[in-house]
Amino acid sequence: MTIAISIKNLAKTYANGFEALKGISLEVEQGDFFALLGPNGAGKSTTIGVISTLVNKTSGSVEVFGKNVDTHVFETKLDFGIVPQEVNFSQFEKVQDIVMTQAGYYGLPRRIARERCEKYLRKLGLWEKRGERSRNLSGGMKRRLMIARALVHEPRLLILDEPTAGVDIELRRSMWKFLTEINNNGTTIILTTHYLEEAEHLCRNIAIIDEGEIVENTNMRKLLAELDSQTYILETSAPVPKGFVFSLQNSSHSIVDENCIEVTVSGGLSINDVFAKLSDSGIKIDSMRNKTNRLEQLFLSKLEGN
Amino acid sequence: MFANHKYIAFETIVIKEVRRFARIWLQTLVPPAITIGLYFVIFGNLVGRRIGEMGGFQYMEFIVPGLIMMSVIQNSYSNVVSSFFSHKFQHSIEELLVSPVPNYIILSGFIVGGMARGLAVGTIVTIMSLFFADLSIQNLSITIAVVLLTSIVFALAGFINALFANSFDDISIIPTFVLTPLIYLGGVFYSVELLPPFWKFISALNPIFYMVNTFRYGILGSSDVDITWAFFILGVFIVILYSACIILLRKGTGLRN
Repeated sequence: MTIAISIKNLAKTYANGFEALKGISLEVEQGDFFALLGPNGAGKSTTIGVISTLVNKTSGSVEVFGKNVDTHVFETKLDFGIVPQEVNFSQFEKVQDIVMTQAGYYGLPRRIARERCEKYLRKLGLWEKRGERSRNLSGGMKRRLMIARALVHEPRLLILDEPTAGVDIELRRSMWKFLTEINNNGTTIILTTHYLEEAEHLCRNIAIIDEGEIVENTNMRKLLAELDSQTYILETSAPVPKGFVFSLQNSSHSIVDENCIEVTVSGGLSINDVFAKLSDSGIKIDSMRNKTNRLEQLFLSKLEGN
Repeated sequence: MFANHKYIAFETIVIKEVRRFARIWLQTLVPPAITIGLYFVIFGNLVGRRIGEMGGFQYMEFIVPGLIMMSVIQNSYSNVVSSFFSHKFQHSIEELLVSPVPNYIILSGFIVGGMARGLAVGTIVTIMSLFFADLSIQNLSITIAVVLLTSIVFALAGFINALFANSFDDISIIPTFVLTPLIYLGGVFYSVELLPPFWKFISALNPIFYMVNTFRYGILGSSDVDITWAFFILGVFIVILYSACIILLRKGTGLRN
């Protein structure tokens, strides 16, 4: 399997003495949808900054598709696109000009640049806004514009730093759909996000970074399997009978209201066992959801452990 | 990055820069034209008539080359310093820094953008000067060469200023406290022959003095300086400033953490 990005012993100490990265190592395979999680100040943006060459590293190495970013500057830069956390385009330029200019920086001839510009602005729902000055766009549109700009040279690796921060739910869902589509088409994606639900929904592999160190680097399923217990909110089709007692080993419950039960299961107990037990008691379930995001529980436990 | 890719990147930066100053022409092209027009009216016409001759020419004829050069110097400098700093301020410079564009292409693009504005304003001022004086260029190649080289020097200087600038104050300090005094003391309004020996020596240390006088030589055919020496100085300045820009870009001074 080809490695899209390989980070080895990467360290960064800022001029004020702050040690943002303490020798992290990380590999992301080609075609992966990879989440880099961590609290504010953990080192996520510094890592992306070093990859994109906006931050000078103190030591270590970064390779993109087998080529060192220090020695193969031009080849590696052609291979990745960056969507930064903060808006970083001119507020006075038109939407189309921003994307076309970026295409020019990558040496794309004008005809190809125009085609790509239209393709990605349409895909991201910005084509109608192409003549608009970028400062007039909403926050969500600005983020989509940065994605279109990062894709115009069609990189093999797309790195997104908190792309959905401050974006409404509907738009976030449409961005997830778009990112999944380009990932399915072969683009490797690395995502940092504060929305753990987003990472759980989109990503296959995950690294958790805290205080400049990788505290976990694993497959998302394996990580979620580490959960000791999960709490479900179950909506019942009829009111729960008074005096109802739910007795099942490795579980506990509470009645939230007459049509809602909260059940916590642990010790390998399956949710099917819960359904079977409830069915035996004559209770039908209409809907079910996790009380808290599963990844969030794990994320917090990893950080506490660190 | 192949040569044609580099050319496209270079062209993109130049078009972007020209489009920027053309879009805000009321801030970039009109004010210098009005200022220099006032110089023509007040110094050239009203005061100049009482002065009579300077360096063997009518005072108006004498100051026209200096005023054209002044507009080229100021605008080449200010276009690069304000545009590049504005990119830094809005973080849009990151678009360029994460792209595969080599440093020398980034620098060349901004320099040509600065030259374009300097030459655009210089052309406007030259056309305006035709209403006040009869200009006939004595040496076209020297005139063109010196104006191009001078605009390169000050575009490079503006680039260095922008790299070090952290605030809008920082991009106005050098033009106000260094550039303007050097221009005014660079023989725009007077011949150095009028100065006592000490001030003549001080003037010889001012690079703008050579640029103004060489340009004046191209237009009027008369100069206070040795033209070959003036071109040598221009060449030295370009090499030093260009090298400094490339070193600073490579280090990421003012751009990378």
